[in-house]
Amino acid sequence: MIWLGIDTANTPLSIAIVKDRELLVEETSAMAINHSLRAMPAIEELLAKVGIAPSQIDAIAVAEGPGSYTGVRIGVTIAKTLAWTLGKPLVGVSSLKALAANALFFNGLICSIIDARRNNVYAGVYQLNAGELMEVIEDGHYSLEELIRKIGECDGPVLFVGKDTAMYEQQIVEQLGHRAMIAPLHFNLPRASSLIYIAAQSEQEADVHAFVPEYRRIAEAEANWLKEQGKDKTSE
Amino acid sequence: MTKDSYILGIETSCDETAASIVKNGTEIISNVVASQIVSQTRFGGVVPEIASRHHVEQITLVIEEALVEAGLVPAQLDAVAVTEGPGLVGALLIGVNAAKAFAFANGLPIIGVHHIAGHIYANELMQPMEFPLLALIVSGGHTELVLMEQHGSFKLIGETRDDAAGEAYDKVARVLGLPYPGGPQIDRLAAESDAEIAFPRAWLEPNSYDFSFSGLKSSVINYKHNLEQRGEQVNPAHVAAGFQASVVEVLTTKALKAAKEYGVKQVIAAGGVAANKGLRSSLEDAFKDEGIPFYVPPIALCTDNAAMIAAAGSAMFVDGIRGNLAMNGKPGMSLTSWKK
Ligand SMILES: [Zn+2]
Repeated sequence: MIWLGIDTANTPLSIAIVKDRELLVEETSAMAINHSLRAMPAIEELLAKVGIAPSQIDAIAVAEGPGSYTGVRIGVTIAKTLAWTLGKPLVGVSSLKALAANALFFNGLICSIIDARRNNVYAGVYQLNAGELMEVIEDGHYSLEELIRKIGECDGPVLFVGKDTAMYEQQIVEQLGHRAMIAPLHFNLPRASSLIYIAAQSEQEADVHAFVPEYRRIAEAEANWLKEQGKDKTSE
Repeated sequence: MTKDSYILGIETSCDETAASIVKNGTEIISNVVASQIVSQTRFGGVVPEIASRHHVEQITLVIEEALVEAGLVPAQLDAVAVTEGPGLVGALLIGVNAAKAFAFANGLPIIGVHHIAGHIYANELMQPMEFPLLALIVSGGHTELVLMEQHGSFKLIGETRDDAAGEAYDKVARVLGLPYPGGPQIDRLAAESDAEIAFPRAWLEPNSYDFSFSGLKSSVINYKHNLEQRGEQVNPAHVAAGFQASVVEVLTTKALKAAKEYGVKQVIAAGGVAANKGLRSSLEDAFKDEGIPFYVPPIALCTDNAAMIAAAGSAMFVDGIRGNLAMNGKPGMSLTSWKK
Protein backbone atom coordinates (compact mmCIF):
# COMPACT_ATOMS: atom_id res chain seq x y z
CA MET A 1 0.00 0.00 0.00
CA ILE A 2 1.69 3.18 -1.23
CA TRP A 3 0.44 6.57 -0.03
CA LEU A 4 1.26 9.98 -1.46
CA GLY A 5 0.64 12.81 1.02
CA ILE A 6 0.34 16.47 0.02
CA ASP A 7 0.07 19.50 2.31
CA THR A 8 0.11 22.98 0.73
CA ALA A 9 -2.55 24.49 2.98
CA ASN A 10 -0.28 27.22 4.32
CA THR A 11 3.19 28.65 3.73
CA PRO A 12 4.98 25.36 4.52
CA LEU A 13 5.05 22.59 1.94
CA SER A 14 5.13 18.94 2.87
CA ILE A 15 5.12 15.94 0.53
CA ALA A 16 5.61 12.37 1.76
CA ILE A 17 5.55 8.85 0.41
CA VAL A 18 4.62 6.02 2.76
CA LYS A 19 4.83 2.36 1.80
CA ASP A 20 3.28 -0.35 3.98
CA ARG A 21 3.24 1.92 7.04
CA GLU A 22 6.83 2.92 6.54
CA LEU A 23 7.83 6.50 5.72
CA LEU A 24 10.07 6.26 2.64
CA VAL A 25 10.71 9.91 1.99
CA GLU A 26 9.40 13.29 3.04
CA GLU A 27 10.11 16.87 2.04
CA THR A 28 8.97 19.50 4.51
CA SER A 29 9.91 23.11 4.13
CA ALA A 30 8.81 26.38 5.70
CA MET A 31 10.37 28.42 2.91
CA ALA A 32 7.82 30.76 1.36
CA ILE A 33 8.05 29.29 -2.15
CA ASN A 34 4.90 29.57 -4.21
CA HIS A 35 3.30 26.11 -4.03
CA SER A 36 2.61 26.17 -7.76
CA LEU A 37 6.37 26.37 -8.35
CA ARG A 38 7.38 23.64 -5.91
CA ALA A 39 4.56 21.16 -5.18
CA MET A 40 4.50 19.19 -8.45
CA PRO A 41 8.31 19.21 -8.90
CA ALA A 42 8.63 17.89 -5.31
CA ILE A 43 6.12 15.10 -6.01
CA GLU A 44 8.02 14.16 -9.18
CA GLU A 45 11.44 14.25 -7.46
CA LEU A 46 10.39 12.25 -4.39
CA LEU A 47 8.68 9.54 -6.44
CA ALA A 48 11.78 9.30 -8.64
CA LYS A 49 14.00 9.12 -5.54
CA VAL A 50 12.17 6.05 -4.24
CA GLY A 51 11.64 4.55 -7.70
CA ILE A 52 7.86 4.64 -7.67
CA ALA A 53 5.84 5.46 -10.80
CA PRO A 54 2.67 7.55 -10.50
CA SER A 55 0.58 4.52 -11.47
CA GLN A 56 1.96 2.57 -8.48
CA ILE A 57 0.43 5.01 -5.97
CA ASP A 58 -2.45 3.28 -4.15
CA ALA A 59 -3.98 6.23 -2.30
CA ILE A 60 -3.62 9.98 -1.97
CA ALA A 61 -3.95 12.06 1.20
CA VAL A 62 -4.28 15.83 1.10
CA ALA A 63 -4.65 18.63 3.62
CA GLU A 64 -8.13 19.95 2.81
CA GLY A 65 -7.83 23.17 4.85
CA PRO A 66 -8.43 25.40 6.57
CA GLY A 67 -5.60 27.71 5.64
CA SER A 68 -4.58 30.00 2.82
CA TYR A 69 -7.40 29.80 0.25
CA THR A 70 -4.99 29.66 -2.68
CA GLY A 71 -2.62 27.26 -0.92
CA VAL A 72 -5.38 24.82 -0.01
CA ARG A 73 -6.75 24.93 -3.54
CA ILE A 74 -3.38 24.08 -5.12
CA GLY A 75 -3.01 20.94 -2.97
CA VAL A 76 -6.64 19.91 -3.38
CA THR A 77 -6.55 20.45 -7.16
CA ILE A 78 -3.36 18.39 -7.55
CA ALA A 79 -4.67 15.64 -5.26
CA LYS A 80 -8.12 15.32 -6.81
CA THR A 81 -6.71 15.41 -10.35
CA LEU A 82 -4.16 12.67 -9.53
CA ALA A 83 -6.75 10.55 -7.70
CA TRP A 84 -9.29 10.89 -10.51
CA THR A 85 -6.96 10.26 -13.44
CA LEU A 86 -5.09 7.40 -11.68
CA GLY A 87 -8.38 5.97 -10.44
CA LYS A 88 -7.15 5.78 -6.85
CA PRO A 89 -8.85 6.66 -3.55
CA LEU A 90 -8.52 10.14 -2.09
CA VAL A 91 -8.68 11.12 1.57
CA GLY A 92 -8.98 14.75 2.67
CA VAL A 93 -7.68 15.49 6.14
CA SER A 94 -8.13 18.67 8.15
CA SER A 95 -4.88 20.64 8.05
CA LEU A 96 -5.41 21.33 11.78
CA LYS A 97 -5.88 17.65 12.63
CA ALA A 98 -2.76 16.76 10.62
CA LEU A 99 -0.82 19.31 12.65
CA ALA A 100 -2.22 17.92 15.90
CA ALA A 101 -1.05 14.47 14.84
CA ASN A 102 2.54 15.73 15.16
CA ALA A 103 1.93 15.67 18.94
CA LEU A 104 -0.22 12.53 18.91
CA PHE A 105 0.60 11.08 22.32
CA PHE A 106 0.42 14.29 24.32
CA ASN A 107 -1.54 13.61 27.47
CA GLY A 108 -4.01 16.49 27.32
CA LEU A 109 -5.55 18.80 24.75
CA ILE A 110 -3.73 19.58 21.52
CA CYS A 111 -4.60 22.95 19.97
CA SER A 112 -3.47 23.47 16.36
CA ILE A 113 -3.12 27.06 15.29
CA ILE A 114 -2.86 28.63 11.84
CA ASP A 115 -2.76 32.41 11.63
CA ALA A 116 -5.73 34.05 9.88
CA ARG A 117 -4.53 37.67 10.43
CA ARG A 118 -5.77 40.53 12.63
CA ASN A 119 -5.73 38.43 15.82
CA ASN A 120 -7.82 35.71 14.15
CA VAL A 121 -6.79 32.10 13.81
CA TYR A 122 -7.91 28.88 12.25
CA ALA A 123 -7.83 26.48 15.16
CA GLY A 124 -9.04 23.11 16.32
CA VAL A 125 -8.58 21.33 19.64
CA TYR A 126 -7.99 17.57 19.69
CA GLN A 127 -7.49 14.85 22.28
CA LEU A 128 -6.25 11.29 21.92
CA ASN A 129 -9.01 8.83 22.69
CA ALA A 130 -8.59 5.06 22.19
CA GLY A 131 -5.77 5.66 19.73
CA GLU A 132 -7.60 8.25 17.65
CA LEU A 133 -7.58 12.02 17.67
CA MET A 134 -11.02 13.29 18.64
CA GLU A 135 -12.19 16.84 17.99
CA VAL A 136 -12.82 18.66 21.31
CA ILE A 137 -13.27 22.13 19.82
CA GLU A 138 -14.40 22.08 16.23
CA ASP A 139 -12.06 23.30 13.47
CA GLY A 140 -12.97 26.86 12.70
CA HIS A 141 -12.09 30.49 12.20
CA TYR A 142 -11.89 32.10 15.65
CA SER A 143 -10.74 35.35 17.15
CA LEU A 144 -7.93 34.56 19.56
CA GLU A 145 -10.07 35.72 22.52
CA GLU A 146 -12.92 33.43 21.48
CA LEU A 147 -10.56 30.46 21.14
CA ILE A 148 -8.97 31.10 24.54
CA ARG A 149 -12.41 31.47 26.14
CA LYS A 150 -13.49 28.11 24.66
CA ILE A 151 -10.30 26.46 25.88
CA GLY A 152 -10.97 28.04 29.29
CA GLU A 153 -14.16 25.97 29.46
CA CYS A 154 -12.11 22.75 29.14
CA ASP A 155 -9.80 21.21 31.72
CA GLY A 156 -6.18 20.13 31.76
CA PRO A 157 -2.99 21.07 29.99
CA VAL A 158 -3.11 22.37 26.41
CA LEU A 159 -0.27 21.94 23.94
CA PHE A 160 -0.25 24.56 21.20
CA VAL A 161 1.18 23.35 17.88
CA GLY A 162 1.86 25.15 14.63
CA LYS A 163 4.55 27.65 13.73
CA ASP A 164 2.08 30.55 13.87
CA THR A 165 1.62 29.94 17.61
CA ALA A 166 4.72 32.11 18.12
CA MET A 167 2.72 35.18 17.02
CA TYR A 168 0.21 34.66 19.84
CA GLU A 169 2.37 32.97 22.47
CA GLN A 170 2.38 35.95 24.82
CA GLN A 171 -1.42 36.33 24.82
CA ILE A 172 -1.94 32.58 25.20
CA VAL A 173 0.41 32.27 28.17
CA GLU A 174 -1.02 35.42 29.81
CA GLN A 175 -4.57 34.06 29.58
CA LEU A 176 -4.09 30.35 30.25
CA GLY A 177 -1.05 30.49 32.56
CA HIS A 178 0.53 27.14 33.45
CA ARG A 179 -2.12 25.20 31.49
CA ALA A 180 -0.56 26.39 28.22
CA MET A 181 2.40 24.58 26.74
CA ILE A 182 4.09 25.62 23.53
CA ALA A 183 5.24 22.83 21.22
CA PRO A 184 8.93 22.53 20.36
CA LEU A 185 10.08 23.48 16.88
CA HIS A 186 10.03 19.99 15.39
CA PHE A 187 6.26 19.68 16.05
CA ASN A 188 5.40 22.95 14.33
CA LEU A 189 5.43 22.27 10.61
CA PRO A 190 2.72 20.26 8.89
CA ARG A 191 4.17 16.85 8.01
CA ALA A 192 2.67 14.93 5.13
CA SER A 193 3.62 11.72 6.99
CA SER A 194 1.36 12.79 9.90
CA LEU A 195 -1.32 13.54 7.32
CA ILE A 196 -1.01 10.05 5.84
CA TYR A 197 -1.11 8.53 9.33
CA ILE A 198 -4.50 10.18 9.93
CA ALA A 199 -5.72 9.49 6.39
CA ALA A 200 -5.06 5.76 6.80
CA GLN A 201 -7.58 5.76 9.69
CA SER A 202 -10.15 7.84 7.81
CA GLU A 203 -12.78 7.17 5.19
CA GLN A 204 -12.02 7.90 1.58
CA GLU A 205 -13.93 10.56 -0.33
CA ALA A 206 -17.03 9.04 -1.90
CA ASP A 207 -16.88 11.34 -4.94
CA VAL A 208 -13.46 12.60 -6.02
CA HIS A 209 -14.99 15.10 -8.48
CA ALA A 210 -17.03 16.72 -5.71
CA PHE A 211 -14.09 17.00 -3.33
CA VAL A 212 -13.43 20.66 -2.40
CA PRO A 213 -11.47 22.46 0.32
CA GLU A 214 -12.83 22.98 3.81
CA TYR A 215 -12.44 26.75 3.84
CA ARG A 216 -14.11 27.20 7.24
CA ARG A 217 -15.06 30.68 6.08
CA ILE A 218 -17.39 31.83 3.35
CA ALA A 219 -15.92 34.19 0.76
CA GLU A 220 -16.17 37.87 1.65
CA ALA A 221 -18.33 38.70 -1.39
CA GLU A 222 -20.69 35.85 -0.50
CA ALA A 223 -20.93 37.04 3.12
CA ASN A 224 -21.75 40.57 1.98
CA TRP A 225 -24.30 39.26 -0.48
CA LEU A 226 -25.98 37.14 2.21
CA LYS A 227 -26.04 40.15 4.52
CA GLU A 228 -27.74 42.21 1.81
CA GLN A 229 -30.28 39.45 1.19
CA GLY A 230 -31.00 39.42 4.91
CA LYS A 231 -31.48 43.17 4.91
CA ASP A 232 -33.86 42.96 1.98
CA LYS A 233 -35.93 40.37 3.81
CA THR A 234 -36.23 42.38 7.03
CA SER A 235 -37.26 45.50 5.11
CA GLU A 236 -40.06 43.68 3.29
CA MET B 1 1.46 10.80 -43.63
CA THR B 2 2.31 12.16 -40.21
CA LYS B 3 0.59 10.86 -37.14
CA ASP B 4 -2.50 12.69 -35.92
CA SER B 5 -2.03 14.82 -32.81
CA TYR B 6 -4.53 15.13 -30.00
CA ILE B 7 -4.07 18.03 -27.58
CA LEU B 8 -6.08 18.49 -24.40
CA GLY B 9 -6.70 22.19 -23.66
CA ILE B 10 -7.61 23.55 -20.22
CA GLU B 11 -8.77 27.11 -19.55
CA THR B 12 -9.60 28.67 -16.15
CA SER B 13 -8.34 32.26 -16.45
CA CYS B 14 -11.61 33.96 -15.52
CA ASP B 15 -15.06 32.55 -14.81
CA GLU B 16 -15.33 29.65 -17.25
CA THR B 17 -13.97 26.21 -16.36
CA ALA B 18 -13.24 24.63 -19.71
CA ALA B 19 -11.57 21.61 -21.30
CA SER B 20 -11.39 20.53 -24.92
CA ILE B 21 -9.59 18.12 -27.19
CA VAL B 22 -8.41 19.32 -30.59
CA LYS B 23 -7.09 17.09 -33.39
CA ASN B 24 -4.16 18.30 -35.49
CA GLY B 25 -4.65 21.85 -34.26
CA THR B 26 -7.71 22.42 -36.42
CA GLU B 27 -10.50 20.02 -35.54
CA ILE B 28 -12.54 20.17 -32.34
CA ILE B 29 -13.15 16.65 -30.99
CA SER B 30 -14.77 17.81 -27.75
CA ASN B 31 -15.40 21.19 -26.16
CA VAL B 32 -16.77 21.51 -22.62
CA VAL B 33 -17.44 24.78 -20.80
CA ALA B 34 -18.86 25.13 -17.28
CA SER B 35 -19.94 28.74 -16.90
CA GLN B 36 -20.29 30.54 -13.59
CA ILE B 37 -22.53 33.29 -14.94
CA VAL B 38 -25.46 32.13 -12.83
CA SER B 39 -23.43 32.39 -9.63
CA GLN B 40 -21.49 35.55 -10.51
CA THR B 41 -24.60 37.48 -11.60
CA ARG B 42 -25.40 37.96 -7.90
CA PHE B 43 -22.31 40.10 -7.51
CA GLY B 44 -22.69 42.13 -10.72
CA GLY B 45 -19.31 40.91 -11.95
CA VAL B 46 -16.67 38.26 -11.49
CA VAL B 47 -15.47 37.94 -7.89
CA PRO B 48 -12.02 36.30 -8.01
CA GLU B 49 -12.39 34.22 -4.84
CA ILE B 50 -15.80 32.90 -5.94
CA ALA B 51 -14.39 32.10 -9.39
CA SER B 52 -11.52 30.10 -7.85
CA ARG B 53 -13.92 28.14 -5.62
CA HIS B 54 -16.07 27.19 -8.61
CA HIS B 55 -13.04 26.12 -10.65
CA VAL B 56 -11.98 23.62 -7.94
CA GLU B 57 -15.51 22.16 -7.94
CA GLN B 58 -15.65 21.75 -11.71
CA ILE B 59 -12.14 21.10 -12.95
CA THR B 60 -11.88 17.28 -12.99
CA LEU B 61 -15.50 16.87 -14.11
CA VAL B 62 -14.91 19.14 -17.08
CA ILE B 63 -11.69 17.35 -18.10
CA GLU B 64 -13.40 13.98 -17.77
CA GLU B 65 -16.31 15.14 -19.88
CA ALA B 66 -13.91 16.36 -22.58
CA LEU B 67 -12.31 12.89 -22.70
CA VAL B 68 -15.65 11.07 -22.68
CA GLU B 69 -17.14 13.31 -25.37
CA ALA B 70 -14.04 12.70 -27.51
CA GLY B 71 -14.12 8.96 -26.82
CA LEU B 72 -10.42 9.08 -25.92
CA VAL B 73 -8.33 7.85 -23.01
CA PRO B 74 -5.37 9.89 -21.64
CA ALA B 75 -2.85 7.53 -23.29
CA GLN B 76 -4.15 8.64 -26.70
CA LEU B 77 -3.29 12.29 -26.04
CA ASP B 78 -0.04 13.92 -27.15
CA ALA B 79 0.14 16.88 -24.77
CA VAL B 80 -1.77 19.03 -22.30
CA ALA B 81 -2.06 22.75 -23.08
CA VAL B 82 -3.21 25.12 -20.37
CA THR B 83 -3.78 28.86 -20.03
CA GLU B 84 -0.74 30.11 -18.12
CA GLY B 85 -1.86 33.76 -18.15
CA PRO B 86 -2.98 36.48 -18.13
CA GLY B 87 -6.06 36.34 -15.93
CA LEU B 88 -7.11 36.05 -12.30
CA VAL B 89 -4.18 34.43 -10.50
CA GLY B 90 -6.24 32.21 -8.17
CA ALA B 91 -8.33 31.04 -11.12
CA LEU B 92 -5.32 30.37 -13.37
CA LEU B 93 -3.69 28.28 -10.64
CA ILE B 94 -6.51 25.73 -10.70
CA GLY B 95 -6.13 25.02 -14.40
CA VAL B 96 -2.33 25.09 -14.26
CA ASN B 97 -2.10 22.67 -11.33
CA ALA B 98 -4.77 20.33 -12.66
CA ALA B 99 -2.97 20.32 -16.02
CA LYS B 100 0.39 19.59 -14.40
CA ALA B 101 -1.01 16.77 -12.23
CA PHE B 102 -2.85 15.25 -15.20
CA ALA B 103 0.20 15.52 -17.47
CA PHE B 104 2.50 14.03 -14.81
CA ALA B 105 0.18 11.12 -14.00
CA ASN B 106 -0.17 10.24 -17.67
CA GLY B 107 3.40 10.94 -18.78
CA LEU B 108 2.40 13.76 -21.13
CA PRO B 109 4.23 17.00 -21.96
CA ILE B 110 2.69 20.24 -20.72
CA ILE B 111 2.46 23.48 -22.68
CA GLY B 112 1.66 26.91 -21.18
CA VAL B 113 -0.52 29.01 -23.49
CA HIS B 114 -1.10 32.77 -23.47
CA HIS B 115 -4.84 33.42 -23.25
CA ILE B 116 -4.77 35.93 -26.13
CA ALA B 117 -2.78 33.56 -28.34
CA GLY B 118 -5.65 31.19 -27.59
CA HIS B 119 -8.28 33.73 -28.70
CA ILE B 120 -6.34 34.33 -31.93
CA TYR B 121 -5.92 30.60 -32.63
CA ALA B 122 -9.67 30.04 -32.23
CA ASN B 123 -9.65 31.11 -35.87
CA GLU B 124 -7.40 28.23 -36.88
CA LEU B 125 -10.33 25.97 -35.90
CA MET B 126 -12.43 27.64 -38.63
CA GLN B 127 -10.06 28.28 -41.55
CA PRO B 128 -6.28 28.23 -42.01
CA MET B 129 -4.61 31.44 -40.88
CA GLU B 130 -2.79 33.34 -43.64
CA PHE B 131 0.07 35.71 -42.98
CA PRO B 132 0.66 38.55 -42.52
CA LEU B 133 -2.45 38.56 -40.40
CA LEU B 134 -4.05 41.25 -38.26
CA ALA B 135 -5.94 40.19 -35.14
CA LEU B 136 -8.34 42.47 -33.29
CA ILE B 137 -8.79 41.11 -29.78
CA VAL B 138 -11.72 42.58 -27.87
CA SER B 139 -12.83 41.15 -24.55
CA GLY B 140 -13.56 42.03 -20.93
CA GLY B 141 -9.85 42.18 -20.19
CA HIS B 142 -8.29 43.10 -23.53
CA THR B 143 -8.50 45.44 -26.49
CA GLU B 144 -5.52 44.85 -28.75
CA LEU B 145 -4.38 44.91 -32.35
CA VAL B 146 -1.80 42.19 -32.99
CA LEU B 147 0.16 41.68 -36.20
CA MET B 148 1.33 38.15 -37.05
CA GLU B 149 4.01 37.59 -39.72
CA GLN B 150 3.94 33.80 -39.23
CA HIS B 151 2.68 31.15 -36.77
CA GLY B 152 3.86 31.88 -33.24
CA SER B 153 4.93 35.45 -33.96
CA PHE B 154 3.00 38.28 -32.32
CA LYS B 155 3.63 42.02 -32.63
CA LEU B 156 1.45 44.27 -30.53
CA ILE B 157 0.66 47.37 -32.57
CA GLY B 158 -2.08 48.87 -30.42
CA GLU B 159 -3.76 48.33 -27.08
CA THR B 160 -6.12 50.06 -24.69
CA ARG B 161 -4.61 52.65 -22.39
CA ASP B 162 -7.36 52.31 -19.79
CA ASP B 163 -10.52 50.18 -19.86
CA ALA B 164 -10.88 47.16 -22.11
CA ALA B 165 -13.84 47.37 -24.50
CA GLY B 166 -15.74 44.66 -22.64
CA GLU B 167 -15.08 46.40 -19.34
CA ALA B 168 -16.57 49.63 -20.76
CA TYR B 169 -19.63 47.65 -21.89
CA ASP B 170 -20.10 46.18 -18.42
CA LYS B 171 -19.66 49.54 -16.69
CA VAL B 172 -22.07 51.37 -19.01
CA ALA B 173 -24.58 48.54 -18.63
CA ARG B 174 -24.39 48.99 -14.86
CA VAL B 175 -24.95 52.76 -15.25
CA LEU B 176 -28.06 51.94 -17.30
CA GLY B 177 -29.22 49.43 -14.69
CA LEU B 178 -28.88 46.45 -17.05
CA PRO B 179 -28.08 43.01 -15.63
CA TYR B 180 -24.61 41.42 -15.77
CA PRO B 181 -23.05 40.56 -18.18
CA GLY B 182 -23.80 43.88 -19.85
CA GLY B 183 -22.34 43.43 -23.34
CA PRO B 184 -25.13 41.37 -24.91
CA GLN B 185 -27.76 43.63 -23.29
CA ILE B 186 -26.28 46.78 -24.82
CA ASP B 187 -25.87 45.05 -28.18
CA ARG B 188 -29.54 44.05 -28.16
CA LEU B 189 -30.80 47.48 -27.02
CA ALA B 190 -28.62 49.22 -29.61
CA ALA B 191 -30.03 47.02 -32.38
CA GLU B 192 -33.61 47.85 -31.35
CA SER B 193 -33.04 51.58 -30.88
CA ASP B 194 -34.60 54.14 -33.22
CA ALA B 195 -32.13 56.88 -32.29
CA GLU B 196 -28.68 57.32 -30.79
CA ILE B 197 -27.11 59.86 -28.47
CA ALA B 198 -23.93 61.40 -29.92
CA PHE B 199 -20.98 60.44 -27.74
CA PRO B 200 -17.33 61.33 -28.51
CA ARG B 201 -14.82 59.04 -30.28
CA ALA B 202 -11.39 58.61 -28.68
CA TRP B 203 -9.00 58.69 -31.69
CA LEU B 204 -5.88 59.57 -29.63
CA GLU B 205 -2.78 60.67 -31.66
CA PRO B 206 -3.19 60.52 -35.46
CA ASN B 207 -0.78 57.57 -35.93
CA SER B 208 -1.72 55.65 -32.83
CA TYR B 209 -3.42 52.28 -32.91
CA ASP B 210 -4.07 52.51 -29.18
CA PHE B 211 -7.54 52.71 -27.69
CA SER B 212 -9.17 54.50 -24.78
CA PHE B 213 -12.68 53.90 -23.49
CA SER B 214 -12.72 55.53 -20.06
CA GLY B 215 -13.57 58.97 -21.50
CA LEU B 216 -16.53 57.51 -23.36
CA LYS B 217 -17.72 55.81 -20.19
CA SER B 218 -17.49 59.16 -18.34
CA SER B 219 -19.48 60.88 -21.12
CA VAL B 220 -22.27 58.35 -20.67
CA ILE B 221 -22.26 58.89 -16.90
CA ASN B 222 -22.29 62.69 -17.33
CA TYR B 223 -25.08 62.54 -19.89
CA LYS B 224 -27.25 60.50 -17.53
CA HIS B 225 -26.38 62.73 -14.60
CA ASN B 226 -27.27 65.91 -16.52
CA LEU B 227 -30.64 64.53 -17.61
CA GLU B 228 -31.46 63.42 -14.08
CA GLN B 229 -30.50 66.89 -12.77
CA ARG B 230 -33.14 68.31 -15.08
CA GLY B 231 -35.59 65.68 -13.90
CA GLU B 232 -35.66 63.93 -17.29
CA GLN B 233 -35.69 60.19 -17.95
CA VAL B 234 -32.80 58.47 -19.72
CA ASN B 235 -33.74 56.33 -22.70
CA PRO B 236 -31.45 53.30 -22.21
CA ALA B 237 -31.79 52.19 -25.85
CA HIS B 238 -30.65 55.59 -27.19
CA VAL B 239 -27.69 55.61 -24.81
CA ALA B 240 -26.78 52.00 -25.67
CA ALA B 241 -26.94 52.78 -29.39
CA GLY B 242 -24.80 55.92 -29.01
CA PHE B 243 -22.24 54.15 -26.84
CA GLN B 244 -22.00 51.15 -29.13
CA ALA B 245 -21.71 53.37 -32.23
CA SER B 246 -18.69 55.10 -30.68
CA VAL B 247 -16.94 51.86 -29.69
CA VAL B 248 -17.66 50.15 -33.00
CA GLU B 249 -16.56 53.10 -35.14
CA VAL B 250 -13.22 53.45 -33.36
CA LEU B 251 -12.48 49.70 -33.41
CA THR B 252 -13.45 49.35 -37.08
CA THR B 253 -11.60 52.45 -38.27
CA LYS B 254 -8.33 51.57 -36.49
CA ALA B 255 -8.44 47.90 -37.53
CA LEU B 256 -9.05 48.92 -41.15
CA LYS B 257 -6.22 51.48 -41.13
CA ALA B 258 -3.79 48.95 -39.62
CA ALA B 259 -4.82 46.25 -42.11
CA LYS B 260 -4.05 48.59 -45.01
CA GLU B 261 -0.81 49.94 -43.57
CA TYR B 262 0.62 46.47 -42.96
CA GLY B 263 -0.81 44.96 -46.14
CA VAL B 264 -2.27 41.95 -44.37
CA LYS B 265 -3.78 38.96 -46.18
CA GLN B 266 -6.34 38.25 -43.48
CA VAL B 267 -8.03 40.04 -40.60
CA ILE B 268 -9.53 38.15 -37.70
CA ALA B 269 -11.51 39.24 -34.67
CA ALA B 270 -11.40 37.35 -31.40
CA GLY B 271 -12.49 37.63 -27.78
CA GLY B 272 -15.84 37.89 -26.00
CA VAL B 273 -16.75 41.28 -27.49
CA ALA B 274 -16.24 39.84 -30.98
CA ALA B 275 -19.55 38.10 -30.26
CA ASN B 276 -21.16 41.57 -30.42
CA LYS B 277 -23.46 41.66 -33.46
CA GLY B 278 -23.06 45.38 -34.07
CA LEU B 279 -19.27 45.08 -34.11
CA ARG B 280 -19.26 41.97 -36.28
CA SER B 281 -21.41 43.51 -38.98
CA SER B 282 -19.47 46.78 -38.97
CA LEU B 283 -16.15 44.93 -39.39
CA GLU B 284 -17.61 42.60 -42.04
CA ASP B 285 -18.90 45.53 -44.09
CA ALA B 286 -15.70 47.56 -43.78
CA PHE B 287 -13.37 44.76 -44.87
CA LYS B 288 -15.70 43.58 -47.63
CA ASP B 289 -15.53 47.06 -49.16
CA GLU B 290 -11.71 46.89 -49.05
CA GLY B 291 -11.55 43.33 -50.37
CA ILE B 292 -9.61 42.05 -47.35
CA PRO B 293 -10.72 38.62 -46.07
CA PHE B 294 -12.21 39.05 -42.60
CA TYR B 295 -13.13 36.22 -40.23
CA VAL B 296 -14.68 36.00 -36.84
CA PRO B 297 -15.27 32.67 -35.09
CA PRO B 298 -18.74 31.57 -34.03
CA ILE B 299 -19.82 33.00 -30.67
CA ALA B 300 -18.97 29.86 -28.67
CA LEU B 301 -15.37 30.20 -29.85
CA CYS B 302 -15.23 33.98 -29.19
CA THR B 303 -16.07 33.71 -25.50
CA ASP B 304 -13.56 31.91 -23.27
CA ASN B 305 -13.19 28.24 -24.15
CA ALA B 306 -10.53 25.56 -24.06
CA ALA B 307 -10.63 24.59 -27.74
CA MET B 308 -8.79 27.83 -28.52
CA ILE B 309 -6.14 26.95 -25.89
CA ALA B 310 -5.77 23.48 -27.41
CA ALA B 311 -5.50 25.04 -30.89
CA ALA B 312 -2.71 27.43 -29.83
CA GLY B 313 -1.14 24.60 -27.80
CA SER B 314 -1.14 22.42 -30.92
CA ALA B 315 0.80 25.04 -32.88
CA MET B 316 3.28 25.31 -29.99
CA PHE B 317 3.51 21.52 -29.77
CA VAL B 318 4.43 21.31 -33.45
CA ASP B 319 7.18 23.90 -32.85
CA GLY B 320 8.59 21.87 -29.96
CA ILE B 321 7.57 24.28 -27.18
CA ARG B 322 7.31 22.52 -23.78
CA GLY B 323 6.69 23.70 -20.24
CA ASN B 324 7.55 21.90 -17.02
CA LEU B 325 6.03 20.98 -13.66
CA ALA B 326 7.21 24.26 -12.10
CA MET B 327 4.74 26.18 -14.29
CA ASN B 328 3.00 28.98 -12.38
CA GLY B 329 -0.09 31.05 -13.08
CA LYS B 330 1.01 34.39 -14.57
CA PRO B 331 -1.71 37.02 -14.05
CA GLY B 332 0.18 39.75 -15.95
CA MET B 333 1.75 37.55 -18.65
CA SER B 334 2.59 39.43 -21.82
CA LEU B 335 2.06 38.06 -25.30
CA THR B 336 5.48 37.07 -26.60
CA SER B 337 6.36 35.21 -29.77
CA TRP B 338 7.40 31.60 -29.43
CA LYS B 339 8.93 31.86 -32.91
CA LYS B 340 11.20 34.83 -33.62
ZN1 LIG C 1 -10.77 35.73 -22.95
